[in-house]
Amino acid sequence: MLSRRDWLTGSAGAIGGAVLAGVPGLADSQDAPAAPLTPPADPTKVAGAPTSDLGGRSPFETPHRAPTGEITGSSLTPLERLTGQITPADLHFERHHAGIPFIDPAAHALLIHGLVERPMQFSMEELKRFPQVTRTHFVECAGNGRNAYRAPKPEMTAQKVSGMLSNTEWTGVPLTTVLREAGVKPEASWFLAEGGDACMMTRSVPIEKAWDDALLVWAQNGEPLRPAQGYPLRLLLPGWEGNINVKWLRRIELGTAPWMTRWETSKYTDPLPNGTARRFSFELDAKSIITTPSHPDRLIEKGWRPISGLAWSGRGRITRVEVSTDGGTSWYEAELLAPATSKAAVRFQYMWQWNGGATRLLSRATDETGYVQPTRAALVAARGLGTDYHFNQIVGWDVATDGAVTFFGESA
Amino acid sequence: MNPVRSLLAIAGMVIVSGCSDGAASRDATGTRPARFAEYDAGTVPGGPGVGQPFGLGRSAAASQIAAWDTDVGPDGRTLPAGRGTVAEGATLYSAQCQQCHGAKGEGMAPAYPALIGRPPEAEGFVFAKDPKLVHTIGNYWSHATTLFDYIKRAMPLTAPGSLTDSQVYALTAYLLAANEVLPDSATLDAASLRAVKMPYADRFVADDRRGGAEIK
Repeated sequence: MLSRRDWLTGSAGAIGGAVLAGVPGLADSQDAPAAPLTPPADPTKVAGAPTSDLGGRSPFETPHRAPTGEITGSSLTPLERLTGQITPADLHFERHHAGIPFIDPAAHALLIHGLVERPMQFSMEELKRFPQVTRTHFVECAGNGRNAYRAPKPEMTAQKVSGMLSNTEWTGVPLTTVLREAGVKPEASWFLAEGGDACMMTRSVPIEKAWDDALLVWAQNGEPLRPAQGYPLRLLLPGWEGNINVKWLRRIELGTAPWMTRWETSKYTDPLPNGTARRFSFELDAKSIITTPSHPDRLIEKGWRPISGLAWSGRGRITRVEVSTDGGTSWYEAELLAPATSKAAVRFQYMWQWNGGATRLLSRATDETGYVQPTRAALVAARGLGTDYHFNQIVGWDVATDGAVTFFGESA
Repeated sequence: MNPVRSLLAIAGMVIVSGCSDGAASRDATGTRPARFAEYDAGTVPGGPGVGQPFGLGRSAAASQIAAWDTDVGPDGRTLPAGRGTVAEGATLYSAQCQQCHGAKGEGMAPAYPALIGRPPEAEGFVFAKDPKLVHTIGNYWSHATTLFDYIKRAMPLTAPGSLTDSQVYALTAYLLAANEVLPDSATLDAASLRAVKMPYADRFVADDRRGGAEIK
């Protein structure tokens, strides 16, 4: 039997044949090898590996999420390892409140009841018979960036700073289409979305979001949702804080007032300096982060290189991203590598010629409402250091004369 | 047209698979095909008639709704029968909760939040000034009904849904008493839980961020 090591060390090509198809583990890049990699000196002179049932990453590419190891915890997307704008499904960040449920899609149903003319339930097969839409939207945890806001450290990576941000092509059906089957009564003004996980996650949503752009999605990036992203069905509320995009969705109840669930009262509320706290603070304001270069990169040579990163806004399209290569004294408009679309992350790039000197790289995003990503000082003034969510301050990277790149975030 | 139907028509979001004139029906961002109004008007070939649903899905039985609809909102209207005392709740807490939340409800950061505590420095809803101030049920939570709803649906972490309604009342009573919201002699049932007012319920405000130039 061909071992994983045999293939990874290049001897598989000499064996050839179909034996590799279906070998467990080979397709799973997440348990990538610790073994030394010794590809053949000249790959053009050795037969290549055969086809396989699942395509894994090159053993030279080993991106990993960073899990906290708790069933109520999170696992962060390695932003610095990604290019383009779409987050691979297996690297989409996770944040669960009672673990990932194991759900049989044939047994899963969505119940719609409350202030409706006809209480209804829909199987997954029935949901897939509605006209479908495919949209690209980011999902970001409302707590993304908290560590960098409160206690920035030079050794932080982009994954650590902002890894609860992912961007995905979702496929599903507009919530309006499905609600029409049940007939929403005119007096309905909120709905409750409930998940089928072990905490039956619940969030209250203003009905206007359903009429605007809410989706029921069952696919990400061309395949069914991953279990960690809500398989078989999740609510997708574009631009709104991650928690309210209820995964493993099984129930929608129409009502006239919010339910005041644990997640929208004791959590996901924003203390303010005037002794109050915002609740139902759904939208994620414009934000950006440079992902290349970033810690722990080390610049080896002077000269041209792209400064590249991601920008996004929960209020619409990103209209501009600016980059500073001198710590914020001057700002230059970056190129957007694809047309920016509403409530989706866009990749930006600014070509920079490093002269070998020490400097500081920053980025700031502007969205179509005219909102400009703020400094941390401006956010602290508006919300205080102890506020709990929605951290979108300008951050960046310090470059030393030896080429070392370390995280920069303003501190008190 | 009733108000809901008007809104549905405005929402305009559905695309027809198989039709190919997408460019003409897209909005300025190029991302949102405006077809729902066409469905609603019954003008899409192969679509449903005027104002008609697709006829997919099935009626939900009252028994299924009753089995799943266990939420308790702030009006407490759906609180079930049952009752529990602070003392009963204290015993339950020791047996089923303190392993994660601590003997004194101090929690275990970051996964298991603090539940109990009214330290003077954290009174007055001053959390914005210092991230070290610990949010507890007594100094932060806005509705006592939330405790009942959450414990019933989600706790204990390893056996959710295993508590009886009376046990949930007892734990709610214990946690409210430990947070100086109820006396140690309290008994909770639906009526008495509905009557509980949390100390800082009036501190929560609507989101006033609207995008644009202002940083809020």
